[in-house]
Amino acid sequence: MTAVFENEVVTAAKVRYLRAPGLAGELALVTLDNGHDHTRPSTFGPGGLASLDAALDEIAAHSPAPMAIGVTGKPFVFAVGADLSGVPSVTDAAAAREIAETGHRVFRRVKDSSIPTFAFVNGIALGGGLELALHCHYRTISGTAMVAFPEVFLGLVPGWGGTQLLPNLIGIDPAVTVIVENALAQNKMTPAPKAAKLGIADAVFEPADFLERSIEWAVGVLSGEVTVSRPDIDPAAWDEAIGRARAIVAGRTRNASPGALRAVELLDLARAGVDAAFAAGTAAEDDALTQLLMTDELRASLYSFDLVNKRAKRPAGAPDRSLARKVTKVGVVGAGLMASQLALLFVRRLEVPVVLTDVDQARVDKGVGYVHGELDKLAQRGRLSGDALNRLKGLVTGSRSKDVFADADLVIEAVFEEMSVKQQVFAEVEAVVSETCVLATNTSALSVSAMAAKLEHPERVVGLHFFNPVAVLPLIEVVRAEQTDDATLATAFAVGKQLKKSCVLVADAPAFVVNRLLTRFLGEITSAVEQGTPVAVADRALDPLGLPMSPFDLLTLVRPPVALHVAERLHEAFPDRFAVGAGLRRMVELGKSSVYSEPGVVDPDLAGIDDGDSPLTEDEVRSRAERALAEEIRLMLDEGVVQAVQDIDLCMLLGAGWPFWLGGISAHLDRTGVSEAVTGKLFLPKGVASLPS
Amino acid sequence: MSRSLREVVFVDGVRTPFGKAGPKGLYAETRADDLVVRCIRELLRRNPSLPADRVDEVAIAATTQIGDQGLTIGRSAALLAGLPKSVPGFAIDRMCAGAMTAVTTTASGIAFGAYDVAIAGGVEHMGHHPMGEGVDPNPRFLSEKIVDPSALVMGSTAENLHDRFPHLTKERCDAFALASQQKYAKAVANGQIGPELVPVATRSAENGFGLATVDEPPRPNTTLDGLATLKTPFRPHGHVTAGNAAGLNDGATGCLLAAEDVARELGLTIGMRLVGFGFAGVEPEVMGVGPIPATEKALASTGLSIGDIGLFELNEAFAVQVLAFLDHYGIADDDERVNPWGGAIAVGHPLASSGVRLMTQLSRQFAERPDVRYGLTAMCIGMGMGGTVIWENPNWEGATD
Repeated sequence: MTAVFENEVVTAAKVRYLRAPGLAGELALVTLDNGHDHTRPSTFGPGGLASLDAALDEIAAHSPAPMAIGVTGKPFVFAVGADLSGVPSVTDAAAAREIAETGHRVFRRVKDSSIPTFAFVNGIALGGGLELALHCHYRTISGTAMVAFPEVFLGLVPGWGGTQLLPNLIGIDPAVTVIVENALAQNKMTPAPKAAKLGIADAVFEPADFLERSIEWAVGVLSGEVTVSRPDIDPAAWDEAIGRARAIVAGRTRNASPGALRAVELLDLARAGVDAAFAAGTAAEDDALTQLLMTDELRASLYSFDLVNKRAKRPAGAPDRSLARKVTKVGVVGAGLMASQLALLFVRRLEVPVVLTDVDQARVDKGVGYVHGELDKLAQRGRLSGDALNRLKGLVTGSRSKDVFADADLVIEAVFEEMSVKQQVFAEVEAVVSETCVLATNTSALSVSAMAAKLEHPERVVGLHFFNPVAVLPLIEVVRAEQTDDATLATAFAVGKQLKKSCVLVADAPAFVVNRLLTRFLGEITSAVEQGTPVAVADRALDPLGLPMSPFDLLTLVRPPVALHVAERLHEAFPDRFAVGAGLRRMVELGKSSVYSEPGVVDPDLAGIDDGDSPLTEDEVRSRAERALAEEIRLMLDEGVVQAVQDIDLCMLLGAGWPFWLGGISAHLDRTGVSEAVTGKLFLPKGVASLPS
Repeated sequence: MSRSLREVVFVDGVRTPFGKAGPKGLYAETRADDLVVRCIRELLRRNPSLPADRVDEVAIAATTQIGDQGLTIGRSAALLAGLPKSVPGFAIDRMCAGAMTAVTTTASGIAFGAYDVAIAGGVEHMGHHPMGEGVDPNPRFLSEKIVDPSALVMGSTAENLHDRFPHLTKERCDAFALASQQKYAKAVANGQIGPELVPVATRSAENGFGLATVDEPPRPNTTLDGLATLKTPFRPHGHVTAGNAAGLNDGATGCLLAAEDVARELGLTIGMRLVGFGFAGVEPEVMGVGPIPATEKALASTGLSIGDIGLFELNEAFAVQVLAFLDHYGIADDDERVNPWGGAIAVGHPLASSGVRLMTQLSRQFAERPDVRYGLTAMCIGMGMGGTVIWENPNWEGATD
């Protein structure tokens, strides 16, 4: 191949010729192994494909010819697909096509082999790894293995035969589930028993003797003692399933991800069958891969993938981990819903005493009751054992007195968003706790530095900004206030990690990152409405970006009173750019949670919110929102709110669920020319989250 | 309360193929506990009428009980094998007679009525755990002359036997060793050795996965001339060589024991019936003679005489130590009742596992030999001991029931 990836961790295909009881000849067993342990799973780059190709050459030349060819992986891993780390070095369509075609050519040898081929899927098999298994004539799977096609999640297609083989093995509807629906549901994987039930594997064996039993099973298949039955594939099922796939793609991506759309087209094409039309199908996959690999959207997706898998795990600017103090007890000030959610998260992940306080006993009881009730629900769903339930419930207590915080190592407040209230709370807590107890605030928009200012030890105050719902959204904005010291910050990051959240370090700037950008963006939408743009027009203006929800659905999710509070704080800070819309005030005054009274119908009580006389078109609304985002991001970078634009993107990916293909957001703004038009420059150099120039 | 003893039967036995210890051996990158797990799972697979939760005990022997042979290996291997968590297990050690002691101990529990069904076996990964790993002998052994300095080096104890029995010459030992290789090779060719083997997937980071299906230690091309040229590492111009002794090996064994009535209730096959056993101590520096007093004890307690024994499965730690036993009982070096399928000199001797290999082999011979009523398994044991277990053939044609 001409396209060679630099620094490829090559997955070697190691061949051994085995004797097995009951087998008259030899079994050629290929082990895929990249020489690292399971934390670096085997992938296929050009070198890996060449090694597999060479292994198949060697087997073909081996005399006498083996009775069967088996393929398995190193411990715990079968193979996890194409090596995407080399994609940035693919700079032209010819190189992209070569990747597609080489995979097809090498894998096809396994499918076309006159010697029976078996995949012994001993561990995780993703993407190209699963496609290799699908090219084998038979498959066994280890009971704890998982399989998935993450391509559509990344903006690609399973382009090494997956879109053609899978629907013709298990039927089109389950194939839509695996390739499209699961990929777009946070890349959901299919466990082995389910994979076997779907027909992806022919037999499941327990991990304890998986390979031994698999070989024995293969010998049985060869001797005819084991018969393998496969479902009849019904071409009539295609139309309905493809319709379902299109609906899923429209719902999840608003058709903004080219990869998802192409995957559906390829699945549609697979109705011609793999016996008659495999060559045509794989040629279409070659075309799709070639084109997708050369899109900015894919490059942005890979950038996003890298952010959430690498940068999120090693937060930029975080102090040395060794400075972190141990947290053996947590206090939560407040017993409202947010406080209770925090208490639940802390007790589940830290497994230390968590004590809630509030001013009246009824609220305390309600807060503790909420946590206990949620723990009960987890137990009922089988997520907690009886012992664990007893343990965790015993750890959560409540009190009206803050004296219970005396031996806490971290106290987080989630009380009313009012500076004086928060200052008083921290003062009361400081009177009780040790000098090094970390005081954290979950404020969404107030100044953390101001909150700390009057304390004896302001250096122990840090912001831990969670996102609602706390159990679901994976982001914490860790706010470094003016006087926050490294030990406090390190403890905050360590706790965030224990909570299994991704932490991003942000400065103590108004509304930090996610809320500031969402508020700016929503402000543009609502002001477009106020000047006369119909709600429906404004609400669908961002559809081409494929955001997870429309602006007014987002407003409902964050709840109008919270949105109003944040908008007011930002208006105070930046009156030129952040208006507080009259419509939003009216919603809060009327207690409305949505602009709609029913889907698509503006609440009659809010009639007149779009009564202005200069309506905008969808394109104009979108352009205005995008320009506002570009302006705000540049200002935030100039203010030093984060270390780099990557952190803003990471926040938007994890805290707002903005899609991979936008690269969070900066890649989209660069790609569409908005950033250059508004700020005079790109956020990211060409090639980082886009095609190289 | 009144008690009556129950008959104990050996239902079935399996083993992994044995490997050569060392970085190039079959199991260099395979864990010892995984070898045991394979044996346990295979026993359950071969005896599907046995519900797994009817196993009352899992006793697994290992001489060096650390690392992948540590963590109370009977229990940990039971869990790893997927036995119900209600099934207990323990680790046991009597050096080379570990698995034999696992059998006699659990069998005693069965006879007593505490267990219905037990799994007993052993493992030794001498590649991962070289002989003597981590030992810390009490200095009193030497200062008070409790043992001779040679007692802890097994090869030296074998040389000591040559001193005690000068007529057991190196030539006789080599001839016995050659016969062991030849008998083993013939038994494999006849399909007599093989059915009890459990294939094991063997990983090699360098070469990929393999499958162990045959024993690695045998040297079928052994000749008397070749044996004569081998070095005598334990003494200059000595007698004991790599050719007339068992090697350093990796492997695991396991067997299923049950009360005879329970075996019948569950529809389990009966391979052998336990008649009795004996363990005895001897001077540690001549540990190889241990099987003689052990056998005396076993015969005395069962009321049998050596003439009643139709088949002998003697562990061949060293040829000289087997010859000492045969010499004592006036049995010829090449008596066809003795190790008819060869022995440890050919197949190997992963210390604590070997006792169950002897039993498994005897059980399979019983199936072929209804003319034989009694058989005997015996082995010498480090620190100066011997162990003997006497079994009855349920297929004996003279049986009246």
